[in-house]
Amino acid sequence: MKVFGKIASIAALALSTLAFSSAAQSQDKPTAITIATEGAYAPWNFTGPDGKAAGFEIDLANDLCARMKIKCTIVIQDWDGLIPGLTAGKFDVIMASMFITDKRLKVINFSRPYAIDPSTFAVSKTSPLAKSDLTGKFNLNDEAAAEPVIDKMKPLLKGTVVGVQAATTNQQFLKKYFDGVVDIREYKTTQEHDLDLAAGRVDALFAQSTALAATLSKPEYASYTVAGPQFLGGVFGRGTGAGMRKSDTALLGMFNGAIAAAMADGTIKRLSMKWLKTDVTPPQ
Amino acid sequence: MFDLVGFGANGWGPALLRAALMTFALSAVGFLSGVALGALACFARLSGDRFARGAAFAYGALFRGVPDLLTIYLLYFGGSVALTTIGGWFGARGFIGLPGFATGVVALGVISGAYQAEVYRGAFLAIHRGELEAARAYGMSGLTMLRRVVAPQTLRYAIPGLGNVWQLVLKDSALVSVIGLVELMRQAQIGAGSTREPFIFFCAAAALYLVIAATTGALFRRVERVSRRGLRMA
Amino acid sequence: MDVGFLVDTLSQLMRGVPLTLELAATSVSLGFILALALALALETRRRFIVWPIRGYVATFRGTPLLVQIFLIYYGLGQFRPAIQALGLWGFFRAPFWCAILALTLNTAAYGAEIIRGGFQSVPHGQIEAARACGMSRLLAYRRIILPIALRQALPSYGNEIILMIKGTSLTSIITLLEITGIAQQIISQTYRAVEVFACAGAIYLAMNYLVAQLVAVLEYRLSPHLRAPDIETQAAIEGGLH
Repeated sequence: MKVFGKIASIAALALSTLAFSSAAQSQDKPTAITIATEGAYAPWNFTGPDGKAAGFEIDLANDLCARMKIKCTIVIQDWDGLIPGLTAGKFDVIMASMFITDKRLKVINFSRPYAIDPSTFAVSKTSPLAKSDLTGKFNLNDEAAAEPVIDKMKPLLKGTVVGVQAATTNQQFLKKYFDGVVDIREYKTTQEHDLDLAAGRVDALFAQSTALAATLSKPEYASYTVAGPQFLGGVFGRGTGAGMRKSDTALLGMFNGAIAAAMADGTIKRLSMKWLKTDVTPPQ
Repeated sequence: MFDLVGFGANGWGPALLRAALMTFALSAVGFLSGVALGALACFARLSGDRFARGAAFAYGALFRGVPDLLTIYLLYFGGSVALTTIGGWFGARGFIGLPGFATGVVALGVISGAYQAEVYRGAFLAIHRGELEAARAYGMSGLTMLRRVVAPQTLRYAIPGLGNVWQLVLKDSALVSVIGLVELMRQAQIGAGSTREPFIFFCAAAALYLVIAATTGALFRRVERVSRRGLRMA
Repeated sequence: MDVGFLVDTLSQLMRGVPLTLELAATSVSLGFILALALALALETRRRFIVWPIRGYVATFRGTPLLVQIFLIYYGLGQFRPAIQALGLWGFFRAPFWCAILALTLNTAAYGAEIIRGGFQSVPHGQIEAARACGMSRLLAYRRIILPIALRQALPSYGNEIILMIKGTSLTSIITLLEITGIAQQIISQTYRAVEVFACAGAIYLAMNYLVAQLVAVLEYRLSPHLRAPDIETQAAIEGGLH
């Protein structure tokens, strides 16, 4: 026991002085932060062959960091590990096309929104939804206007197998309004449900419009199209924001200032036209 | 199709090879950590102390009974929390985290240590009791006996089992991809997702794993043959 | 320690146990049949049979299960038109069957090696005696070799069953909602990764402990010759010797 106890206590001591990775301190103004992104969500964020992240949010992150005059390192983290990783201190900010929702606000803080992109269905060109004439943008906060169109969509989508990314507001939307009407399949990444759409394992996808537009532009999706109304608000929250720990109040202020400046001088519009082919700047 | 994984301008070949190197490094360092942990656990298991024996048994049962995927997730998310708490006791402010490679190494070390403890235990029990008696009769201290009698023979009997555990570690390294470390599996996933050609990428990954497994397997068999020199066994 | 949350999580996770057991049991059974067939085929020692089997075993033992699952699910999904032409798309379309295929092929490779080891450990004297009694090869296999080989292989095969139960956790990556899949769903709603994964780990631990005990009982029942005789038999033996 004596020998064993000695070894055990030395090991514990050694473990506690192990490799440290620095993270921003909460109340003082940080000089270097780590931003996490998913890296599997083209064109917002994706990973190139060299292992580096690129895309709309990476360009925007670099721009915001230049405005805030701090050094930013961008790391890649799987979608469902973003919030647990943030609260565990593995990185300081999340910029991964994450919507600001009340549920998430219970656990983390968000900056003001830097993008608004509604979600919609991608279906086969021969499906009932594509052939119908339902369109328009609906804010789910206005239930009176949204519910009737959703009710009209239900018979058109009945029995369809819909792919959606797990742990997203898209999945929550399907569960809230279409549970029992469609067969919901949850995937770890959007790339995986794109692959299964091409393979025909799912008949439709539900995701953000810009992401769907980028996917469907590839040749293997020639027989699919974005169709039906687009939705925002409600379960989708208030748009895309940068996630931060609740204790990092100084960092939050810096980000809000930088985002406001980027919106004002049209940087967000320029970057979003470049990557997303549409302007996702939120209204002031 | 082959220029996707080739070495041309758009080829992912270099990336895949770098990732294979990362896989090998991760597995090697993880396996070596497992040697240390396994030896410690085996020592505890064979000691006279009841607590040590119970702890070692629990360690082995836990990490051989829980899926390795869950172990990796738990170490990834829980490790930072644990380290931050321990750091707090020593006065460190802010978060303390393990970088991805270190997390993978710790996970693989902990898992393979559990299996290696069994291998070492079996190997130790295969040593003839008479030798240990003779060593004691000669007045050898515990440490001398370990150095001169126990360790060489344990290693020799353990090598086949260790070869198996190495193959296990190599394959478990693919699971470390879920914490974002860019080893071979992750790189194949990135490539497959970006280019929408999963078949060629996963085939390339499988081929690279086979190459690593085959060459290291041959190495282990060579070491086994060398270790058996002069041994008259079945 | 939020006991209420842990209890709630455990009850939610238990809903994944049937699928986990289904995946494990189906793949282990099918894998055993395939492994037995392959091990018997390896006994023929004909090169054109042995080499392909050895290649298959080396491939499936040398590559990670995760790669195999991804290859079968996403990799083969790329060839949907060809598979549809063969009429097999209904099988490959479902994640469950893709998972079963991957798990079965994996466990069969390991199982073939285990059973082959079992064949090699049959004492040669028994085989000689069988031949001396005039048993045909088939009869010898059925009566003598297989029972002994399978009994010798039982500890290793029990280990393999436990590895398979652990392997089912990887199928969560292809949308199957077994224990790990449900755990990830819960985490996506509550963001409490450590507690949920710890609960999931506890459930797997309990299942594997049960399996290990069952295998130990089976080993005990199948090896009466290794145990001391009971009192009456002992007395009869001793009485006979005097």
